[in-house]
Amino acid sequence: MLDVRGITVHFGDTVALDALDLSVGDDEVVCMLGASGSGKSTLLRAIAGLEPLAAGTIARDGVDLATTPPHRRDVGLMFQDHSLFPHRDVRGNVAFGLRMRRLPRDEIEARVHEVLEMVGLSGYEHRGVRQLSGGEQQRVALARALAPAPSLLLLDEPLGALDRALREELTVELKMLFDRLQIAVLLVTHDHDEAFALGDRVAVMHRGRVEQVGPPADVWRRPESELVARFLGWNVTYALGSKPSAVRPDAVTLTADGSLRGTVVSRAFRRDHFRVLIELEGSRDALDVSIRGAEPPAVGTQVGLVIDPDGVVELDR
Amino acid sequence: MDRHRVALRLRGGAGRILLFGLPLAYFGLFFAYPVGSILGRGLWPGGDLDLSPVGDVFGRDDLRGVLWFTVWQAAVSTLLTLVLAMPAAYVIARYRFRGRTLARALMTVPFVLPSVLVASAFRALGFEESLLAVLLAHAFFNYAVVVRVVGGLWTHLDPRQEEAARVLGAGPLRAFMQVTLPALRPAIAAAASIVYLFSFTSIGVILILGGSRRATLETEIYRYSFNLLDLRTGAALSIVQLLAVIALLTVMWWFGRRHCAALSLASANEITRRPTTRADRTIVAVVLASTAIFLAVPLMVLVVRSFDTPDGLGLDFYRGLGDVHAGSVLFVSPLEAIRNSVLYALATVGIAVVVGGAAAFAIARSRLGAALDLALALPLGVSAVTVGFGFLISFDEGILDLRASWAIVPIAHALIAIPFVVFVVVPVLQSVDPRMRQAAAVLGASPRAVWREIDLPIASRGMLVAAGFAFAVSLGEFGATAFVSVARPDSPTLPVVIFRLLGTQGAENFGVAMAAGAILMILATAAVLAIERVRVGEVGTF
Amino acid sequence: MNLRRLIVVLCALLLSGAWLVGPSHADEPVTITLVTHDSFNASKSVLRAFKQDTDIRVKVLRGGDAGQVVNQAILTKDHPLGDVLYGVDNTFLSRALDHGIFEPYESPELAFVPSSHQLDDRHRVTPIDRADVCVNYDTQWFAEHNIDPPGGITSLSEDAYRGLTVVENPATSSPGLAFMLATRSLGAMDWRTFWTALRENDVAVVDGWEQAWYERFTAVSENGDRPIVVSYASSPVATVPEDGGPARAAVLDGTCFEQIEFAGVLKGTEHRKAARQFVDFLLSEEFQEDMPEQMYVFPVREGAELPQLFVEHADLPTQPGLSIPPEAIEKSREKWIRQWTAIVLR
Repeated sequence: MLDVRGITVHFGDTVALDALDLSVGDDEVVCMLGASGSGKSTLLRAIAGLEPLAAGTIARDGVDLATTPPHRRDVGLMFQDHSLFPHRDVRGNVAFGLRMRRLPRDEIEARVHEVLEMVGLSGYEHRGVRQLSGGEQQRVALARALAPAPSLLLLDEPLGALDRALREELTVELKMLFDRLQIAVLLVTHDHDEAFALGDRVAVMHRGRVEQVGPPADVWRRPESELVARFLGWNVTYALGSKPSAVRPDAVTLTADGSLRGTVVSRAFRRDHFRVLIELEGSRDALDVSIRGAEPPAVGTQVGLVIDPDGVVELDR
Repeated sequence: MDRHRVALRLRGGAGRILLFGLPLAYFGLFFAYPVGSILGRGLWPGGDLDLSPVGDVFGRDDLRGVLWFTVWQAAVSTLLTLVLAMPAAYVIARYRFRGRTLARALMTVPFVLPSVLVASAFRALGFEESLLAVLLAHAFFNYAVVVRVVGGLWTHLDPRQEEAARVLGAGPLRAFMQVTLPALRPAIAAAASIVYLFSFTSIGVILILGGSRRATLETEIYRYSFNLLDLRTGAALSIVQLLAVIALLTVMWWFGRRHCAALSLASANEITRRPTTRADRTIVAVVLASTAIFLAVPLMVLVVRSFDTPDGLGLDFYRGLGDVHAGSVLFVSPLEAIRNSVLYALATVGIAVVVGGAAAFAIARSRLGAALDLALALPLGVSAVTVGFGFLISFDEGILDLRASWAIVPIAHALIAIPFVVFVVVPVLQSVDPRMRQAAAVLGASPRAVWREIDLPIASRGMLVAAGFAFAVSLGEFGATAFVSVARPDSPTLPVVIFRLLGTQGAENFGVAMAAGAILMILATAAVLAIERVRVGEVGTF
Repeated sequence: MNLRRLIVVLCALLLSGAWLVGPSHADEPVTITLVTHDSFNASKSVLRAFKQDTDIRVKVLRGGDAGQVVNQAILTKDHPLGDVLYGVDNTFLSRALDHGIFEPYESPELAFVPSSHQLDDRHRVTPIDRADVCVNYDTQWFAEHNIDPPGGITSLSEDAYRGLTVVENPATSSPGLAFMLATRSLGAMDWRTFWTALRENDVAVVDGWEQAWYERFTAVSENGDRPIVVSYASSPVATVPEDGGPARAAVLDGTCFEQIEFAGVLKGTEHRKAARQFVDFLLSEEFQEDMPEQMYVFPVREGAELPQLFVEHADLPTQPGLSIPPEAIEKSREKWIRQWTAIVLR
């Protein structure tokens, strides 16, 4: 059990983490979702012991880690840019953590073999890391973090710089891996799909704080603040009542009539759906609507809108 | 708190004390102490500090003239070197062609040759004593500095910036002036400072090619201290020179710091290209040909003269290398001198790599490093007479009586080689991504293990390059050797033997000197080629 | 190569270097160190004979020209580099004596040396040879150009000899210094007037004797451009063609400055007896007769036989050479050099 309480990290005048609270259960996968600059990476580095805390505590199973240096924290950290050791081959990278734990040579060999197989790189032992493709490097970095079998795995944008197809493929693989390993994972990403697909819980981060945390479906269905709603791609409008409301783009249907009316301002084709921006009558708000199936009306057309109540949340903040 | 410092905090204290302590102790014992002693003799003659001779350097017409000549000849030499070497720096940096590595290695050879030899080659070429000869010889020596330092940055300068300027409507010249030149400025400034430093303190070239009427601070220190035993004036001149050199090194260091900052760098492989168009090929051919003429002709003269025996072309002079000079008790055969030189050079490598390596780690790690960096570079700017006399009067007692010890030569050589080691290794160490260390730490490596597993292996290639430079520098060193090894006449280095041969009458001695010079050249070339082979492709400019 | 291996290799090299270069003077006869100038030379056979007779080994340290050697000896006088210094001449004698680098030793061999050469009555130094500095000229050049050789030092500034002379810088060369001293006694002409005139007459100045002789003097160098050179009384000997015939160079009468070279036992020697034996050896007939051909100097020992070439081509000037007392030289040497530099070089 990882317990983070009120940790604060400063970089000069900037506050990277602002009294942040978070906990990760023993075999739980928590995904930190946030825009760049929200402090996600700093959180991982702080947990690994690489950033000094200005305030707060980090505890594992009730033990404060304040005086534990990084090399004794028993975490696996996969860096965003992999940070592979260029002067070692794949085997040398993966075996590093095992060697640091002074395991016998044959155990190291067996474990390297096992982990490489796990990430689908069997037979890559003696490749130089510079010769690998981006995806392969990512797998090596993952294997390296996994090899010493840490009880907590910290992953910083593990699928960062990959192209979309590969990301989707690896997301599935990671999911399976997490299920198999049964360890605590704290994963940082800016990608919604990744976070919702992988996390047992998802935490949305903003400016060094956790805005909302909960099971993926809860977070996705019930954004608690305007900020989270916007970050998740919901519309926020004041046209539906006295309080601001969040409207999911796919909860809106276009009809010929309907009480709510508006004008199509722009439209864009998106593979399996269209995105249509509709300016509401009698309001300055516009709704971003996703339309499946039929061709949406042309720009300038007056349309009516029907909103599925299930896709609307009244916001308090 | 920045991330480098975090890594630093993790490191233990004892190691750091050693890293700082070893180079400091070396510098203190073998440089500050002897140089301080000799300057003290000059300026504290009766126990009272008398700085009036320093004032004289600016007050006396003759000395002021010397100072002024030193300053401007070094400036003109620097300018000439830049003008002559920039095209070669460009070609080496931007084009990939067969023999590129060899070309760069050969351009470095003059840099490590002893000045007596080069000056003799210029004389053999028919150069009279003249200012032009001095300037050209300086450019000849320092060509490599510009090619390596400026070329080093240029290789990594992203050409897309210049392309962007072209697309935005700048002509080729304008694009170069507006985009490339400003980006190169730190490297040009660094190279210029180094060339200026070497021209400022050059002695062999001035003495042999300058003629009696041309005097620099360095030659006057030599004349006043060594010939006139006027240690006051010698010390005063030394101090003025030292101050000038400190100023120069500070400028260098300042530019060096900015060197790495805020430049969009790309990997060399993306930038060099094959000369495909006709214009490209012409540029490469013309630049390489003129470089070859400028650098190779003096060297070729050496080689040709070494075969040009009285009975036509032949190997007589090379056979002469093995002979102890006929009938004389003084001459050590050049062959033996080669052995001495190589052994001294190896010992120098040992000292310089250990001491310089420790210094490089200390400098790369700490803010105080800059001061250490500056201090260790000082021996480059201090007259060999000052150092040599300092050695003579300082190391004369007990276990410190090193005057007749074989170690004195490598000790002195290492003073000159250490700055090169630092120059090569520090950028390599600084290029180690701190996250690499953090990755290791998170994987369970203790600070000591991080050092052993990450920093050392990455630095080791830099160390090899540095070792090559130390070797070459030691091979070619003449001035300090001549002074500190007075008491060891029976194991002279190759440059010293060449000097002795050149000073002795007879065409045969000259020929044998040239043959010895040719061999020295081959050794230096081998060392430099070895450097090129292990050069850390992506980092380090020298 | 990984770093550890590199370090191991380096250490191994260091150690082997120490072993190969390092001294290995086990059970050898006593070795004395002779500190001398770069021109010192002696036949192997003569030195070997000394070693055989006395069981003393001689190590030779050459430390530059005569002045430089004296300067080094003064600097290191607390812990001298050697046991005997040979090569201090009368132009630097007073400095050496004033700094007390020598200890007195009156060699029995002095009985064979004219007392006029024994400049130190306390015998801290012993005269060994004479190397008078004289103006030499290229006889063949003057014959070919149909010009009369100059009549003396002052003639060098005459129009007829414009651009013909090369001299050495007195600040860096001991014959240069001797010649400058010679010009201080030109009778009616002030030496400064002379040098100003000589400069206007396009005199060439070089730093060392080697340059003047080997590179500029027409009688020696194919590319030489100066038929008049400041050199030694013995220099004509070196210009005798191999197949015999007359020497190419001759000494200009009345231009010689008397230069005597001395040796002395360095204060602080640990081998006093051997050092004294070596000084005796320097005055021995054997060494004195070997000297001329090895160093182009004249013996001071009466009765030492000159080699045939010397007899034929190089006589010491019959009239006494110009000379200035060592004390006077010591007092003003630097001042004169500075004045000279200001007149001729700047």
